[in-house]
Amino acid sequence: MTSSVKLGNATGAHEAPVNVGQALSRMFDSKPFLWTIASLTLLFGAWEIAGLIPISIAFPTFSSTLVAFAQMVVDGSMVYAYFLTLQPLLLGVAVSAALGISLGIFMGLSRKAEWLIAPVFIVLQAAPMAALVPLVTFVYGIGLTAKTLAVIMLALPVIVLNSYKAVRHVNPSLVDMCRSFQGTRLQQIVKIIIPDASPVMFAGLRLGIAAGFIGVMLAELLITPTGVGDLITYHRSVANYAHMYAAVASIIVVSTVSLAGLQSFEARFLRPEKRKR
Amino acid sequence: MQLSAIPAVQPSAPVTSNDPVVQVRSICKTYGDIEALRNIDLEFSRGKLTTLLGPSGCGKTTLLKIIAGLVPANSGEIRVNGRAVTGPGPERAFVFQDFALMPWATVMRNVAFGLELRGVNAAERKRVATRYIEEVGLAGFEEKYPHELSGGMRQRVGIARAFAVNADVLLLDEPFSAVDEQNRRKFQEDLLRLVDLEKKTFIFVTHSIEEAVYVSDRIVLLSPRPGRISQVIDPKIDRSASPDDIRRDPGYLDTVEEIWDGLRHYVD
Repeated sequence: MTSSVKLGNATGAHEAPVNVGQALSRMFDSKPFLWTIASLTLLFGAWEIAGLIPISIAFPTFSSTLVAFAQMVVDGSMVYAYFLTLQPLLLGVAVSAALGISLGIFMGLSRKAEWLIAPVFIVLQAAPMAALVPLVTFVYGIGLTAKTLAVIMLALPVIVLNSYKAVRHVNPSLVDMCRSFQGTRLQQIVKIIIPDASPVMFAGLRLGIAAGFIGVMLAELLITPTGVGDLITYHRSVANYAHMYAAVASIIVVSTVSLAGLQSFEARFLRPEKRKR
Repeated sequence: MQLSAIPAVQPSAPVTSNDPVVQVRSICKTYGDIEALRNIDLEFSRGKLTTLLGPSGCGKTTLLKIIAGLVPANSGEIRVNGRAVTGPGPERAFVFQDFALMPWATVMRNVAFGLELRGVNAAERKRVATRYIEEVGLAGFEEKYPHELSGGMRQRVGIARAFAVNADVLLLDEPFSAVDEQNRRKFQEDLLRLVDLEKKTFIFVTHSIEEAVYVSDRIVLLSPRPGRISQVIDPKIDRSASPDDIRRDPGYLDTVEEIWDGLRHYVD
């Protein structure tokens, strides 16, 4: 059986599907997104079964979570929660990205800036930020500022350090190439260093955004009971477990979708050669 | 000038020519405690292909990068067209050993990059780049990215890019060392065609004796630790013969042997 298949491949002849399994596997190979769907189906199926057993009375099924989600969208509580949560998140991520990438590039280009700035962010990255989030409340109260600061505290260090490493590891031969064709320092930075550093920079940005989500949830759970964090806390306190899970799952989905969106943005605008792969 | 393949040996006196495009005057270079180049005096004649040849550690790439203005010398002077230079300039173009292509840019943009940096408009860039892409044999690959090309094709992009800025002097740093043997031979033949076509001065670094003898008008042998000029050889080979005949020519084979005798004691 195996040898005959190998022979078939070697001669380049088109094989007829021998059975359903092979036909299926061929279909999956030609359409990779089917694997993604299969993976999610498995996850949600397992969730549904675990909820049906049930493994805990506080663990709802996937279908009841989906229904709860629809209810919360219809009654507007979900929409309003996201309206509150996304404000500090977007603000914090935007500030962290702009500040983080600029600081990172600056540190990557100048040894003195590296000595001055790097230690601060290395300490910040190592520090357990969740412990510092309540301190922010003492200074800035429970408003938008405190939540935004929590996002920045978590997102900024990883973005700065990755951008800086990205610039440090730019291919020196490309920089020499730019110099040999009399590129100015600015052309060198814009046309060579930033594009060459962008994959690592974007990896940092993805980690930073993921950390930003952690920051905003921590702020909403620990400091200011508003937004999605409040939705989770409230439904837990009244034992609406399906609604609580719907809120938790929704923030995971939003986080995943934003990261995937960032990835396609990068491929589209900065590294066009990756689209072709 | 001798007419046979017997090399003209001028170990210490500066090498002169009638119309030097690049003059190297008493160049010294040290990296920390290591003396890479000691008192190099050389002249490169216009329109000729000169090879810097030597075992690893003889400073040939360092010398080329000093001529390119990419590496500063500790002392001495480089003159191009009679003017002293300290950095890279438009009269010199560099071809890199590792190609140094931008992976995010198409062949077209890579070839036109030197012009892009000079602020040449897009239409003109495209016109010039198209011409050189065709000249190096890459027509049809304009919109490909470097990762879609073979090693040999990538270096053709590097060479087209250097041609596109219309420099007087092309500096090639072991351009074929990352290219496989079959492609290298084809490449050497193409290089001779391009030298003939473009009428430019080529300064070529290699560690391959056969390659040096095959392509060069003049070979400068460097000896290692510290890098010094040990010999200057003018191979007398009839370039009008076919590539296979050149490789079987007694003059070619004798020169290869001659150089190997000169280098043998540096190896080990």
